[in-house]
Amino acid sequence: MKIVEIKEVIMDQFPGSVIESEELSESQVELKPDQWFEIATFMKEDPNLSFDQLECITGIDLGEEASLQTRYNFHSMEHRHKVEILISHDRKDPKVASIEKIWRIGDWFERETYDMFGIIYEGHRDLRRILCPDDWEGWPLRKDYEGQELYHGIVIPKMKEEDGWE
Amino acid sequence: MGVVKGDQMILNIGPQHPSTHGVLRLEVMTDGEIVSQIRPHLGYLHRCFEKHSENVTYEQVIPFTDRCDYLASMNSNFGYVVAMEDLMEIKIPERVEYIRVIMAELNRIASHLLALGVYGLDIGAFTPFLYMLRDRERILDMFEYTCGARLLYNYMWVGGVSHDLPKDFETICTDFLDYFEPQINEYNNLLSYNKIFVERTADVGVIPADVAISYGVSGPNLRASGVKWDVRKDEPYSIYEKFDFDTPTGTAEFGTLGDCYDRYWVRMLEIEESVKILRQALKEVPSGDVHQSLPKKIRPPKGSIYRRTESPRGDLGYYIVSDGTPIPSRVKMRSPAFTALSCLDEVSRGWMISDVIAILGSLDIVLGEIDR
Repeated sequence: MKIVEIKEVIMDQFPGSVIESEELSESQVELKPDQWFEIATFMKEDPNLSFDQLECITGIDLGEEASLQTRYNFHSMEHRHKVEILISHDRKDPKVASIEKIWRIGDWFERETYDMFGIIYEGHRDLRRILCPDDWEGWPLRKDYEGQELYHGIVIPKMKEEDGWE
Repeated sequence: MGVVKGDQMILNIGPQHPSTHGVLRLEVMTDGEIVSQIRPHLGYLHRCFEKHSENVTYEQVIPFTDRCDYLASMNSNFGYVVAMEDLMEIKIPERVEYIRVIMAELNRIASHLLALGVYGLDIGAFTPFLYMLRDRERILDMFEYTCGARLLYNYMWVGGVSHDLPKDFETICTDFLDYFEPQINEYNNLLSYNKIFVERTADVGVIPADVAISYGVSGPNLRASGVKWDVRKDEPYSIYEKFDFDTPTGTAEFGTLGDCYDRYWVRMLEIEESVKILRQALKEVPSGDVHQSLPKKIRPPKGSIYRRTESPRGDLGYYIVSDGTPIPSRVKMRSPAFTALSCLDEVSRGWMISDVIAILGSLDIVLGEIDR
């Protein structure tokens, strides 16, 4: 199925859930976060869509004033079609439903995005940091991130703009 | 980990343990000798690849990709440059495509040889490891001859490769393949049909196809579960369409489909397929200049792209977001070993502790790529 058809199927099933925007590329569909869990379940179980493979979850910070985004890449082994879903979050309170129960790999991908961006995936059974230590402060891949000075008494080097590392 | 009851015990494996293939810590809940839950702890090798990428230019990201999957650096480079070229819509000379495929396939053989050898080592067979490393060494020598580096090449650039092939490369490589092909038989005699090895791996750690897909397991691990999926065939990139090769899947040779032996065996068969590709590619390398289409300035248009390629470990994806400046706004690496490791908990439940080592080894993980 082409992206336009996939979009139509989702729009028919969940009216008002798709956000139209001109900035999106051909493979992208932007959704409102409200019904995400239901839409995701539908995408997996509908025989015409049957997206059984969650390829990748990427968190993105669109800049200091703008919002955070989670991007999901899906692929269907059966139909060999793919789609990229975008969901934007409020920077102050980034929250979205977890899809970890639908695709098991969502577990670790969501933990990674939580670790790097602080996006809360509601309903995730074990939302902990995965790559950084459990007691690390801040969300490293946000554009406004400033690292802590000390970690358990260890000085953390900072990067200077001109001369590279201190 | 929950409450520890009665006969249960928590056992800590790693981070410094040879069979964890790097620095990985496994918290294993055991009931006697039987594993009831595993909690992997990652991040010991986290080098902030993605954060670094946001502070350097596009071409400076390539050496970082080398260091992610340090056993198959060529393939890591390959994934990144393919994504970048698609984003920038660069057309590259045919010669470069051929050189890239030759390098990537050689590196695939080298990576699989190490994976198989070390797997034998995990199980307790020392000798095959030495045979396989001996032959891997010759591949590394060829890389050194071409680009000066043995492990971390920084060889593939956006729009080209760093060095042209040496004049006598074709002879050297053909000589190597002539020598190497009969060796595969020797590995089989040494390890594949070894009764102890088969008993340790057949029927152990079965991953059913639907579980594998749900966990995002890819590459040889997915094919071992019987799913015929190869990015080189199914979503062709570069010039892989031109070559004639098979996609080996699990055969349940000695046990159940998707067991540890199948994952081992698929890798062995894949080496043969890589040799096939190499023989075809070496015959047809066209002439040309490998530097002619290198862009002067790498400044992709605004936008984002997700591309995946087939690394020896599976689907290696790059998500690149460009904001129109020479510095990437976001580079995300979807690492195949990360997804493969995530299924360890479910697959290992109910097996013995020694089987966990067999299962972990069969997944062929590289911690550099998992932690990034």
